Amino acid sequence: MLKDEDRIFQNLYNDSGADIESAKLRNDWNGTKEILEKGREWIINEVKSSELRGRGGAGFPTGLKWSFAPKEVGSRPHYLVINADESEPGTCKDRDILRFEPHKLIEGCLIASYAVNAHKCYIYIRGEYFNEGQKLQTAIDEAYKNNLIGKNAINSGWDLDIYIHYGAGAYICGEETALLESLEGKKGQPRLKPPFPALIGLYGCPTIINNVETVAAVPTILRRGAKWFSSLGRAKNTGTKIYCISGNVNNPCNVEEEMGVPLKELIENHAGGVVGGWDNLKAVIPGGSSMPMLPKEICDNMKMDFDACVENKTGLGTAGIVVINNDQDIIKCMARIARFYKHESCGQCTPCREGSGWMWRMLERMAAGEATPDEVDMLFDVTKQIEGHTICAFGEGSSWPVQGLIRHFKDEILERNKFDPVVKKNKNIPYLVDQHLLEKENA
Amino acid sequence: MSIKKIHKEQPETFIFNDKSMEAANKIVSNYPDGKQQSAVMALLYIAQRQNDNWIPLQAMKYIAKFLDMPYIKVYEVATFYSMYNLSPVGKYFFQVCTTTPCMLRGAYDLVKVCKNKISEKENMLSDDGKISWMEVECLGACVNAPMMQVNEDYYEDLNDKKLEEIIETIYQNKIPKPGSYSGRINAEPVNNRKTLLGNKNA
Repeated sequence: MLKDEDRIFQNLYNDSGADIESAKLRNDWNGTKEILEKGREWIINEVKSSELRGRGGAGFPTGLKWSFAPKEVGSRPHYLVINADESEPGTCKDRDILRFEPHKLIEGCLIASYAVNAHKCYIYIRGEYFNEGQKLQTAIDEAYKNNLIGKNAINSGWDLDIYIHYGAGAYICGEETALLESLEGKKGQPRLKPPFPALIGLYGCPTIINNVETVAAVPTILRRGAKWFSSLGRAKNTGTKIYCISGNVNNPCNVEEEMGVPLKELIENHAGGVVGGWDNLKAVIPGGSSMPMLPKEICDNMKMDFDACVENKTGLGTAGIVVINNDQDIIKCMARIARFYKHESCGQCTPCREGSGWMWRMLERMAAGEATPDEVDMLFDVTKQIEGHTICAFGEGSSWPVQGLIRHFKDEILERNKFDPVVKKNKNIPYLVDQHLLEKENA
Repeated sequence: MSIKKIHKEQPETFIFNDKSMEAANKIVSNYPDGKQQSAVMALLYIAQRQNDNWIPLQAMKYIAKFLDMPYIKVYEVATFYSMYNLSPVGKYFFQVCTTTPCMLRGAYDLVKVCKNKISEKENMLSDDGKISWMEVECLGACVNAPMMQVNEDYYEDLNDKKLEEIIETIYQNKIPKPGSYSGRINAEPVNNRKTLLGNKNA
């Protein structure tokens, strides 16, 4: 288990309050000015050598992303956008950072915006997190008052303004280009890439978009050094991560642990075990609903980091672990996820808009045992038609979990769906002969 | 995409009151000059709060003029995002999350209670006109499942009994306390906390 002093988010359970005084006791805003004085190059290199990977799902190296921003500010200003549109089913880590560690996020915003030459930072919070947004606004106001941000922030000569932008209940706005569209006051429909936002983003200006957890971890990494961070976990999968464990466990919880922690340890040790014991485990969705589920055999020895998940044909995603035990109907669970994707598809690309509805309807019928055995292969084919044929990764996000279900639980679907509409009475039925004629011998 | 029904009876006019106007001007100033269109989402939300939690067409036209943008663009935004109500809802608007993590922990029991205690169908007002309910997709509090949102507050770790109590409290003209209903604080593991114990006792 990770030592307590190595945890970045010391106030994850709000033991000591989110205000600035308590935050300073937790070492926030300590030596921020000195960090900025070391310069852009140093900050980006330090983040690069810490091997921090984005915590929003895709796992892109953060330092590398920052280095994509143009070195000199041209005619267009740079922007920093923080993605707090947390809507992936199974994930609720950013909510606790917004509520309880807002100063880590604000300090991270200052450092990140300095590193990428941005004077304006927008934090895009999902509309449902109204109260969390209010708490963050209080923290932003505190920071302005103490001259930690604003004009000449902490006397570093750097100006930074932070604004909150509320979403209004669209999952797709968690996709970075859809988020930019939404920030510009349009429907949240993703843009084609390239051009990438680092060159042409918000209002056509260079924009760096990071997840809340990524940015909030940066100040601690720079204070304690890249070496400390990269000593946790393993190469290319370094540091700590907040895991959200929900579903059929005895004590669902958020917990910060080292990367590469065994899945079994997370569930047994922190979440109080599977309801009905480990042997009652059916499947686990390891990284939020858009990652394929894993059966118990794989979960027994599974490690939780980006590369280990990919080896098992799934992904770490947002590390929202959803535990499903044997008391549940696994096909029904998947059908409900498919309904989620049908509801949230933005409607821009045909394969996703139509396909997500198809998958949902087929899965509902499979859950009810009304499908034919051939339809399982047809469903798999549908997922293959969606994957890779859409503008954004929503297509993969909606089809991968269905593929995961078919990969690991095909037998169970076939077991339940034996319905066959073709009449098979072991008769030698010639073509184009009416059934009723065959029943009569003299016809 | 979700289905959005425009209400049949629309008010004739809509303008921001002083409070809304102040809030709207402040929001517009957050964005660069000439990019005031960015404020449309926030302004729709302000209009919704002013108008008993739903947005009439006149409000969209008003906002279009306010931000100097085409009406159809405002209409597009209002119909795209699920949090804008285009028809009246109850004073207490229950949104029950039923996505898989909540479903695993019994979200459909909550839906049953809503059907019994509030109204047979979604988006219908209760007998006294105070409450309406609907199923929604993931609200991002999966660790505290099953949960629901009433207006702006989250009610977490519910079960059918506790939801019945909440509904009764509202019928008695009291506001139920938001937060977790299992006695735990935030998202910590109940009675099984193994991390950050030094902070807890400090």
